[in-house]
Amino acid sequence: MWQIVLYVVLAALAAVYIYPFLVQVATSFKTNDGAAVDPVSLIPSPFTWAAYEQLFLRSDFPTWFANSAIVTVLVTIGRVFFNSLAGYALARLRFRGRGIVFAALVAVMAVPTVVLLIPKFLVINQLGMYDSYAGMVLPLLVDAAGVFIMKNFFESIPASVEEQARIDGAGTFRIFWSVVLPMARPALITIVILSFQGSWNELSHFVISTQSPELTTLTKGVASLASGQLSQGSQYPIKLAAAAIMTIPVAVVFFIFQRRIMNASEGAVKE
Amino acid sequence: MTAVSTPSRRAGSSGLRRGEAAAGWIFTLPVLIILGVFLLIPVLMALWVSFSDWNGRGSPFAGDVGFVGGENYAAITTGGGLAERDFGIALRNNAWYVLLVVPLQTALSLFLAVLVNRAVLRGRGFFRTAFYFPSVTSTVAITVLWLFLFSTSGAINQVLSWIGINGPNWFNEPSGVVHNLLGVFGVTSGPEALTQGTFLGVSWWDWLAGPSVAMSAFVLMAVFTTSGTFMLLFIAALQNLSGDVDEAAMVDGANGWQRFWRVTLPQLKPTLFTVLTLGLIGCWQVFDQIYTGTQGGPGKTTLTPAYLSYNSAFISQEWGQGAAIAFVLFVIIVVFTILQRFLLRDRPVSRRRARQYEVRPAARKGTAR
Repeated sequence: MWQIVLYVVLAALAAVYIYPFLVQVATSFKTNDGAAVDPVSLIPSPFTWAAYEQLFLRSDFPTWFANSAIVTVLVTIGRVFFNSLAGYALARLRFRGRGIVFAALVAVMAVPTVVLLIPKFLVINQLGMYDSYAGMVLPLLVDAAGVFIMKNFFESIPASVEEQARIDGAGTFRIFWSVVLPMARPALITIVILSFQGSWNELSHFVISTQSPELTTLTKGVASLASGQLSQGSQYPIKLAAAAIMTIPVAVVFFIFQRRIMNASEGAVKE
Repeated sequence: MTAVSTPSRRAGSSGLRRGEAAAGWIFTLPVLIILGVFLLIPVLMALWVSFSDWNGRGSPFAGDVGFVGGENYAAITTGGGLAERDFGIALRNNAWYVLLVVPLQTALSLFLAVLVNRAVLRGRGFFRTAFYFPSVTSTVAITVLWLFLFSTSGAINQVLSWIGINGPNWFNEPSGVVHNLLGVFGVTSGPEALTQGTFLGVSWWDWLAGPSVAMSAFVLMAVFTTSGTFMLLFIAALQNLSGDVDEAAMVDGANGWQRFWRVTLPQLKPTLFTVLTLGLIGCWQVFDQIYTGTQGGPGKTTLTPAYLSYNSAFISQEWGQGAAIAFVLFVIIVVFTILQRFLLRDRPVSRRRARQYEVRPAARKGTAR
């Protein structure tokens, strides 16, 4: 009896969490009138590809998609490399000032991002990087949280592994690159997932660092769609189609790495 | 091997570890430079701008940019003009948002975690995925979806109409829900004490208006998108609890409810603190959804300090005021975080209670769960 109540509650909750996304996809195949007349239905009638045609053939949507992809790839590569370099140094290398570097990173993590909108614009503008890929990508290349994740992981690798390589005459970078980094795959995957999600979904940084249409990312473009550009009236099918396509890459990454994402901190608990 | 496994003793320039200090700095340099240039220097520049009359043209350090002292801060806190009123309204809106979202998302995510954490539950992977999925998608995409669901002819109003409720035009409805509730009981205007007095250019009566209907839709959205993330944190914490304490309480005759409140919850305190702090910090930074959705409307009732800061600087070209708002927001977030740490600090009572339960069951390890 108890058990049945539990499942009913869970199923109802799951429906509340999933149904909006099903409606989103369904509506993207509806006509404008269809979306207004029957917003709850999951079966588009009449069924139409019009929204997708409009997006891909008669709008800047492909440009937005390309920009998001470029930025996301660059940011992810940068974060994986720089965060793991710094994480390794903080975990393993003894150098004067390490404590200060660490304290500075902790302090940096505490600064709320929204507070940085105007400050970031000022510096990007001052450096002549406004409205360029450099201004979009460079500030996102490292993140303090990622450094911590890498640092924690490197601390868990036994030191004897590196000592062996050191005795064989390998330099510090070589030990890092060919011995320790390959062992850090689980942590690297975590960084890849986090920076992929983070930069793909980033909005505010692109709002303040770019203005030209050629540099518009998906988030910025879809946000402008939402406030009525490109379309007369409400035109929900187009907006929802754009939002749905935008969700696909993160959804794919999510489902591929699902176990790692969901069980990130559970360790060896068996199911 | 035993000698080399204690590397900390061999610091500096001796033998094998030669060049390590240089490598350490070289390895951390990219991170330090990027964070320094795009985080530390910007904050200092913005601090200067918040005390200047820079108008957005040229460099903020050019000769014609003047130092105006606390003028920008005064304009938004005591100016008596539109800037003060807008800031007051934005604070009012965001305060209600925090007041509703933080407790709701914390309670819901804990509830989901407890439900999903049951060992006997079938399909818990599915349920976790369902609850977590909204957290993965971007705020922009979810906002677009929300604008549709909560539109006049949208799914929410459709469902409400099935049970005979005529839903509002959510994102165009500026009336506050507390005022609306009072209106049901015939109270449409506040007592003079509340309507006369003002704080930050907004009357006390309007401070108490509650979130507007439009803002309430954003509240629901925030709970929808964040509960999954926090659920994962609670699940991880629940998995780390040893079953022994719970079992001891069971032996002592505590029922499920009592065990949850007096045994499980006190042990979840560190996670609870994390969730509340993250929630609080996030809720004071509402920007993406406002930018995408309502841009502060209707009637400024979804204006938030973060959006106002952006709007003042980039749209109205009041850079000094925009920066000043950002710094006030920063202070608010820091103060709340410290306050929370203080309120949720470990009190001796709960620790003693936990210890009472901890002593006994050590022998029964293994039979748990």
